[in-house]
Amino acid sequence: MDFTLKIWRQKNAKAKGKFVTYKVTGISESSSFLEMLDVFNDQLVTKGEDPVVFDHDCREGICGTCSLYINGRPHGPDDAVTTCQLHMRKFKDGDTIVIEPWRSKAFPVIRDLMVDRQAFDKIIQAGGFISVNTGGIPDANAILIPKADADSSMDAAACIGCGACVAACKNASAMLFVAAKVSHLALLPQGKAEASRRVQAMVAKMDELGFGSCTNTGACEAECPKQISIDNIARMNREFLGAKMGSQKKKVVAGGF
Amino acid sequence: MTKLNSKIPQGPVATKWSSYKDHIALVNPANKRKLDIIVVGTGLAGASAAASLGALGFKVKAFCYQDSPRRAHSIAAQGGINASKNYQNDGDSVYRLFYDTIKGGDYRAREGNVYRLAEVSGAIIDQSVALGVPFAREYGGLLDNRSFGGAQVSRTFYARGQTGQQLLLGAYSAMARQVSLGNVESFIRHEMLDVVLVDGRARGIIARNLVTGEIERHSAHAVVLATGGYGNVFFLSTNAMGSNATALWKAYKKGAFFGNPCFTQIHPTCIPVHGDFQSKLTLMSESLRNDGRIWVPKRKEDVEALRHNKIKPKDIAEENRDYYLERRYPAFGNLVPRDVASRAAKERCDAGFGVGETGLAVYLDFADSIKRLGRNVIEERYGNLFQMYQKIVDENPYENPMMIYPAVHYTMGGLWVDYDLMSTVPGLFVAGEANFSDHGANRLGASALMQGLADGYFVLPYTMQNYLADQINVPRFKTDLPEFEEAEKQVKSRLQKLFDVKGSKPVDHFHRQLGKIMWEYVGMARNKEGLQKAITMIRELRAEFWKDVKITGETNEVNPELEKAGRVADFMELGELMAMDALNREESCGGHFREEYQTPEGEALRNDEDFMYVAAWEYKGDDKEPALNKETLEYEAIEVKQRNYK
Amino acid sequence: MGNKLFFYSSITKKIVMALAGLFLISFLVVHLGINLLLLSDDGGAAFMVGVEFMTTNPLVKIMEYVLLGGFAIHILIGVIIQIQNWMARPVRYKVEGYSHLSFFSKYMIHTGAIIFIFLCIHFTNFYFVKLGIVSPPEGVGKEDFYQMATLLFADRFYAILYIVLMIFLGFHLHHAFQSAFQTLGLNHTKYTPFIKTVGTIYSILVPLGFASIPLVFIFIR
Repeated sequence: MDFTLKIWRQKNAKAKGKFVTYKVTGISESSSFLEMLDVFNDQLVTKGEDPVVFDHDCREGICGTCSLYINGRPHGPDDAVTTCQLHMRKFKDGDTIVIEPWRSKAFPVIRDLMVDRQAFDKIIQAGGFISVNTGGIPDANAILIPKADADSSMDAAACIGCGACVAACKNASAMLFVAAKVSHLALLPQGKAEASRRVQAMVAKMDELGFGSCTNTGACEAECPKQISIDNIARMNREFLGAKMGSQKKKVVAGGF
Repeated sequence: MTKLNSKIPQGPVATKWSSYKDHIALVNPANKRKLDIIVVGTGLAGASAAASLGALGFKVKAFCYQDSPRRAHSIAAQGGINASKNYQNDGDSVYRLFYDTIKGGDYRAREGNVYRLAEVSGAIIDQSVALGVPFAREYGGLLDNRSFGGAQVSRTFYARGQTGQQLLLGAYSAMARQVSLGNVESFIRHEMLDVVLVDGRARGIIARNLVTGEIERHSAHAVVLATGGYGNVFFLSTNAMGSNATALWKAYKKGAFFGNPCFTQIHPTCIPVHGDFQSKLTLMSESLRNDGRIWVPKRKEDVEALRHNKIKPKDIAEENRDYYLERRYPAFGNLVPRDVASRAAKERCDAGFGVGETGLAVYLDFADSIKRLGRNVIEERYGNLFQMYQKIVDENPYENPMMIYPAVHYTMGGLWVDYDLMSTVPGLFVAGEANFSDHGANRLGASALMQGLADGYFVLPYTMQNYLADQINVPRFKTDLPEFEEAEKQVKSRLQKLFDVKGSKPVDHFHRQLGKIMWEYVGMARNKEGLQKAITMIRELRAEFWKDVKITGETNEVNPELEKAGRVADFMELGELMAMDALNREESCGGHFREEYQTPEGEALRNDEDFMYVAAWEYKGDDKEPALNKETLEYEAIEVKQRNYK
Repeated sequence: MGNKLFFYSSITKKIVMALAGLFLISFLVVHLGINLLLLSDDGGAAFMVGVEFMTTNPLVKIMEYVLLGGFAIHILIGVIIQIQNWMARPVRYKVEGYSHLSFFSKYMIHTGAIIFIFLCIHFTNFYFVKLGIVSPPEGVGKEDFYQMATLLFADRFYAILYIVLMIFLGFHLHHAFQSAFQTLGLNHTKYTPFIKTVGTIYSILVPLGFASIPLVFIFIR
């Protein structure tokens, strides 16, 4: 198969980027999208040009490293997959494929299609954890967790932190990512003790980092490779409202507690 | 020859760890914050170590090459994590887990370490639950278990098919908390390129900032390598694209011995290779073998007809199918251990009965199970795996049998460590898949997660304190010491050397070639002639690499080609060492199968007389042969037997 | 106030906006109820009774200020959120979002702005007249809303504009109704589909109710 690629090229964070059009030929339809880019990059290197930089690692849809906004969709034209699981048979021979980096103020471009997603780590550091040290823990079966709660918690915990929700949202909002973590921990008895502080701290950090706010369009859910539901956003709103109404008049600061 | 001291505590195996803990030296809280520890790698072992050491009060710097600690490849583990909780009342115990692990490893692991692993396994589950890992539950709210290969009890805890992900996110969140408390500093997109020794002790690392290209110096009182395995030597493996052996290899060159480098695990159920440009192999969970039957055609004409799409697999009559695992191993059938299943698949394909376009695949057929249990039961059990298969292969596994083939998955070998998990370089600790210690010649399913977390949560916090106790008066290290200067100079000159080649072929070309050599001669079945040939071929490839590799761009920018080049250069040297180790080990055991040493039925034949030892290789210089050191394995608690799955 | 609002948490802002929105939604029902009295064929007598009540009842008078506040907050926060959302993506995509499930949700600021413009016209025609800021049409008393409405709808152009506007109002309400519940965290697998259905019915019936009046004035009277 042959394709025309329109790829965003940007030398570094400060440089001005632009779209460059390329041709790529001889692609097998059983290749993954990233393998297509591998072949293309080898062709560029052989010609002595800089290869296109993009993030990728596990190539089995779980590490959350790969990104790419392909023809207007994060992770491209297939549902419930990451870019590394997208295959070229989803395209037609001769197609033009426009490849852009995630666009968000909080995810600045590092080079070409590679963006900086440290903002997500910072949100987790603000409170996306349960405050226990290693050791001195009661037996795992000492806490009973209803299966339904464990299952819902797992549904939310399946988030791979890729940032497709931010990329898909017209507001570049990180609500689905934050809500997934808030829900995962709030649904478990272990996480309830600090649920009120957690949600406030994480939301405060999210706002501070420059993500947009949620206008309930549902694009995040539609594009999430792990199909995480926006029900989690409603749960977070509820948690947040409860936390704000019930908390003492004291500012919640992000970070370990 | 007798430099190796494994420092196994005296006494019966069951009390070694507790008596060790009772007698080690400790560091008081006020002194801990004066001590720095570098942790390289943030997978299960690295993240849990960073979190636990940070919680104790040490100042930790954690490095990863990924863009977040959460992305380390531990995240891809599917099946589960073993622990001897005996929640099922089916007779599990610490001893039984210990025994199964030693036996599964074909009697090539160290008793003391493995017993400790089994002993702390329960606490790992407690710890993970406390951190919010949503393990599968029964309706009554208690934890659920499933069974895995190589055990007669149900001791595997799981979180759907994403156990590794959930455990890693637990450790990552604990580490994130320590970051916010100021005890851990996280360095992302940093690749360690050398370890720095001061007066013979590991005192820091040289790392390249992968965004700016800057070469940075970082000092500490001790260094932990938790950088995972080296399966990517084979180019195609189930490892992540970035998984590499550079940290291990640099440590090896600075004096850390490499233990059992040839012990590689080939996983039997992966999606087969589809073409020359494939970058990576995808694992299909071992659990599929519970309900799938593995077969190839009996007749060559059927093989031909299949290849030309003249017939479909279901057109082949029952009597013309060869269910070779059931035929050869009637007792265990399709559930033989990984190494046995992999070799059997290779044997059939080599004999010309393989299916698929390349002839390198066998069928994993669910038709019988669907008939017996109904499609919805199969869908409930394996729905997500079937969907994943369909996305990749574009075939419906409910209608046609899956095609699978073995692929490189895990490396049991790694840097040699003693009971403290310290390598032969004082102050250089090695944890998780990166060390050699617990899995012998073959790892059982669901044991890798257990080992990574055991090392990080429960072993290193004790053993490192023991090491650091006499270091409290050593002030923080300045990075302008001549040792750092020298190490940085060498790192820079090597990067420059790579650039200066200015050849004509991209790095991947060499990596692919290396992979082909390794898979052909140092893969599932090895023999003397092939191994010797591999060594020669790797040397030639290396020479060609340093003459003809082409790297674009600059050193001071994001440059994936440069990153890959450095890693592949190290892989080529490591590949040679693997071949040498395999050549030296004139026996078959676990994942290491030497064709010369097999029973008349074609099973692995161990030689306990001559090879019941850990081969620890010592670097002697670039142009010199490495020296072999042997750590003899002694079995006191377990009687050594031949494995039998017939 | 705007400056301070900027720094409230995004969720707090959304919750306040949702509450204000729900209040406006309930107000629309009251407004519609009174407007529908225009249809009673009694020369506006019934309508004027309603107007009389709405302009003299002290409780309603208090609510009038609450209502104005509700409008102000809803609009102000809406604009602030929109500005922040635009700022969150300084470089836009070349190929714009394919993936929006809820079509109307994309255009809330646009439909909102159109409604706002209409609101200004509407205020000039009625509310400001009542307050004495704008003088009523010739020969019409400043509280004779029946006459004012009749005169306005007599203008075909205005009547059509009014009807078109109601369509936009419907678009706005269609997303707004269920979105408010989502923002307030009132989400449940069992009840959310019901809320969504009610929202859809509401967003069709209410604008249709309003639009029916000019239709009746044009075609029947």
